[in-house]
Amino acid sequence: MLCKECKKRESTVHLTQIVNNQKVALDLCQECAEKRGFHNPFLGGIFPLGEMLASVTSGIVEKKAGSGSSAKCPGCGMVFAEFGKVGRFGCGQCYTTFRPQITQMLTRIHGSTQHKGQVPLATKVDLTSEVKKERTLEEQLRQAIAAEDFEKAAKLRDQLKSSAPEKRKKDV
Amino acid sequence: MFEELAKKLTPWLVGDGPQASIVLSTRVRLARNLSGLVFSSRSSAAEKQKVLELVKLALKKCSFQKGNLVSSAEIDGMDRDFLVERHLISPDFMRDKDGQGVFISNDESTSIMVNEEDHLRIQALKSGFQLKQCYQEVSRLEKELSQYLKFEHDKQFGYLTSCPTNVGTGLRGSLLIHLPGMVLTRQIESFIAGVNKAGFAVRGFYGEGSDVAGNLFQISNQNTLGRSEEEILADLDKLASQIIQDEEKARQAIFRDAKEEIEDKIWRSYGILRHARLLSSSEVMNLLSALRLGVSQSVLEDLSLPIINEVLFLSQPAHLQKYFNRTMNSQERDVSRAELVRSKLAATKNGRKKKRSGPGQEN
Repeated sequence: MLCKECKKRESTVHLTQIVNNQKVALDLCQECAEKRGFHNPFLGGIFPLGEMLASVTSGIVEKKAGSGSSAKCPGCGMVFAEFGKVGRFGCGQCYTTFRPQITQMLTRIHGSTQHKGQVPLATKVDLTSEVKKERTLEEQLRQAIAAEDFEKAAKLRDQLKSSAPEKRKKDV
Repeated sequence: MFEELAKKLTPWLVGDGPQASIVLSTRVRLARNLSGLVFSSRSSAAEKQKVLELVKLALKKCSFQKGNLVSSAEIDGMDRDFLVERHLISPDFMRDKDGQGVFISNDESTSIMVNEEDHLRIQALKSGFQLKQCYQEVSRLEKELSQYLKFEHDKQFGYLTSCPTNVGTGLRGSLLIHLPGMVLTRQIESFIAGVNKAGFAVRGFYGEGSDVAGNLFQISNQNTLGRSEEEILADLDKLASQIIQDEEKARQAIFRDAKEEIEDKIWRSYGILRHARLLSSSEVMNLLSALRLGVSQSVLEDLSLPIINEVLFLSQPAHLQKYFNRTMNSQERDVSRAELVRSKLAATKNGRKKKRSGPGQEN
């Protein structure tokens, strides 16, 4: 049998994983197996979940595509069809944008759609929002410079300097 | 880099944890993303840099775990492989990718991958069967970080992750287990089917034929949504306890029904390891599996799990090259690996009948 990855060399590594009673077999040659981190079982190579996900999501993607779903995530610009290809969402807002599709998918993956367990504690000092603020300022600064509004740019620069979580050496 | 780490056996492999003759190690990890930022699987170099900076800052403020955050720009291929072999990073992490980083606590019990597919992958690793202890450690670190970093969380879906298979708790608990008894008694297929039916994943490595290299398997929870962290871990704990019992029974059956055959297999394996001049990684792994079984059933009384773990560990490519302090190709590694294995095994009582030797002396 030829290696599924390069389709050139003979496969010598046969990896099998059974997920939800479905056997997924991967036949790879030594080289391709090593490339994917399977050279050493001791390392517990990461099984390509994306590939299995594609089979889980394919039905959903096709159905939605057929019904004309073209919602685009405002956070990262992802459309649902793209997820079908990469098996990864782009940002937290994807979960809001594609909530109906995701709900359906999570039922298949986890048999549940409702989180139970830990919730985040209130942050003492939220470095994340400081950085978000900073990014907005940076964007405004870029626009001000582009518009040659140097007075505004200077102000923004001062604001940026004072708002940064740590004194930044880099020039903005 | 990592000369200090290279000198010592990683703590999770010392072989002193509970049930260490069957469960080599326990790992618990939490996936977390920073609120309002694009996930690492899709983010730009600048965005990744932001995440790295943020995590660095937050870690500085943490009092619980002290350690170092190393970025991908700072390490070379060999160091990277070294960390993979130590289970501190995943196999593809930091490979041709910028803006990634790894935090390793000084005692190596916890590590954080920054900008893997999620912003943070916080993990705790321990020797033997220690699910609760691992979770306590990882959860404590996560809580401390959450004082400074706001994590992406949704009321319905819980912690949001790049891949929907991790959403909810973001928790994955996994155990590296040695199951020669189940393999030899041909129960492994039904075992895998049973584990899967219970909603857990088993990962084995199938080499030539149907042999699993080293008879090592990894079991982990599949579902991360709908059950609390404690429930997920309790289920895994229950399943693992059952596996340990079954494996012990299988080993007893083998030693009852085929004592000569199995002892022969163990001693032959020992013989090869003591005298071979060329050893590949997978051969060492398979032979060590027999030795591990021999130690657990008191056939090889002068060997111990720590020695077997050390050999298993050091015979991996990057560790081998760090040990001998030189870069080697595959052929050279097989020679050095055989040399290392001989010298390590010779240092035990069985080997002392012959001349005792260190690395590079025996040949």
